[in-house]
Amino acid sequence: MPTAEQLGTRPAPAPAGERRPWSLYVLTALCVAVVVLRGPLVALFDSPATQMWATVFVSIVVQATPFLALGVVISAAIAVFVPPSFFARVLPRNPVLAVPVAGVAGVALPGCECGSVPIAGGLVRQGVTPAAALAFLLSAPAINPVVLVSTAVAFPGQPRMVVARFVASVLVAVLMGWLWLRLGRADWIRLPPRPDLSGMSRWAAFASSARHDFVHAGGFLVVGGLTAATLNVTVPHEWLSAVAGTPWLSVLALAVLAVILSICSEADAFVAASLTQFSLTSRVVFLVVGPMIDVKLFAMQAGTFGRSFAVRFGPATFVVAVVVGAGVGAVLL
Amino acid sequence: MNREAQGVVLFLLGGALLRISATDVYLRYVKEGARPLLLASGALLVVIAAVTLYREVFASPADEPHSHAGPRVAWLLLLPVFAVFLVGPPALGAYAAGRGGTTVARHSGYAPLPAGDPVTLPVLDYASRAVWDRGASLEGRRVRVTGFVSPRPGGGVYLTRMILTCCAADARPVKVGLSGAVPGGLPADTWIEVTGRYDARTDRDTANDETIPYLDAESVRAVPAPRDTYEQ
Repeated sequence: MPTAEQLGTRPAPAPAGERRPWSLYVLTALCVAVVVLRGPLVALFDSPATQMWATVFVSIVVQATPFLALGVVISAAIAVFVPPSFFARVLPRNPVLAVPVAGVAGVALPGCECGSVPIAGGLVRQGVTPAAALAFLLSAPAINPVVLVSTAVAFPGQPRMVVARFVASVLVAVLMGWLWLRLGRADWIRLPPRPDLSGMSRWAAFASSARHDFVHAGGFLVVGGLTAATLNVTVPHEWLSAVAGTPWLSVLALAVLAVILSICSEADAFVAASLTQFSLTSRVVFLVVGPMIDVKLFAMQAGTFGRSFAVRFGPATFVVAVVVGAGVGAVLL
Repeated sequence: MNREAQGVVLFLLGGALLRISATDVYLRYVKEGARPLLLASGALLVVIAAVTLYREVFASPADEPHSHAGPRVAWLLLLPVFAVFLVGPPALGAYAAGRGGTTVARHSGYAPLPAGDPVTLPVLDYASRAVWDRGASLEGRRVRVTGFVSPRPGGGVYLTRMILTCCAADARPVKVGLSGAVPGGLPADTWIEVTGRYDARTDRDTANDETIPYLDAESVRAVPAPRDTYEQ
């Protein structure tokens, strides 16, 4: 496993000639161009379809930003205020045991999935074994109290939905952690180079780390938001009712829908409750898949852990989540 | 993107969040309860931006190595900023309602309607009582509901409201058919207030085959859009 030093490569001091703030010129030019071209740009959003696209895009970004900000603040706090020895002490030395501990620790982070991506990245930087950090990444958005309570509210009189969601989500997170221990390769994970924090005061290092993580993960959040809004507006929903009657097809359909919609894990239970023509098992799959892998999360995972990680981890998570979700649903519901 | 530019982008994004949550604009995108979170995170981004810019301008270059190879993907953060400041996308309306199937949550029991004649109800409450309680708790009462006009496939209109849990990405429509005194030619997205009585007629939503209840309208009048166009 690469050490934190290898991952956070120290940036080479730039020669004096490179101090010219090209980015600022580009930024200014962009803003001027957008203001000058305002008329034609706004005219693009005259049709109901593009308006809906823009509304969904803005709302995904606006909704996720506070949780992303919370995530980068926690991640920055981990980087600056928590020594790596802390995690060595609280997590079992044996990675096989550390995975379930980290998975269940996901209960403690109230929030949506966007926040847990930078936190998991921060954990890996501080030397937590990636398998445990990944188990935390998957479980935190799915099993925290806010999500469980909203699931209970969305499915009144059906506490088994909450139990099934909790059990299946923890199982998937732990299985994925163990799968990573067996098959994962450290060089698949490429954390983006972080600014060198040594030699800064603690608060300066905190602000620097938070800024870096935010613009990075935030950029990928926008990629995910654009994708999700596009799929949301272009994919017709009629195909859903066509497959609702076939058990295995309906499980697969809702799993794909969870990936496409990219809705926050605090809201997905209400959407699941509204999919009344579907079996409870397929709706549990929807609730298990959504917080762990969707187009928004895939973009953010690719940004935080690297592309070669995301193209393996995302599909694997999808398959495990569908199988475990369907299995738990079949037993419990 | 270098650090100065990152600071500016964070400042713009934080400013955009503060701007939409200072007024009611944020209600087009997220639920009302998200406001404190938006204000706090907007302020946090502005502070981080200020610290970044201050250090870039005033810290001597010897203090820290300058890296100018910041993440290129950060440029995309300008898109939501431009979208908010220039386009200001509206709340979801008839177009989104037409794409989604009506969704009416089932409750375990229905308390009697509150006093009042007519009694003002959320559209979702009316639809839920009409569909799952077969109108029993609506019997003999005049109700008043407010929603926007969305076209009914095959002619006529529905009174519609979007239900939102977290943000507009999870919004889904609830539709109510109108019988009785309904003026013709109501354009889509017009906000109307309808007073009337329960009507046992139903439609099937073409999008998801769910039941759309009816309201026998006594009076229909155009009203301004409410502050929060969504119901929860």
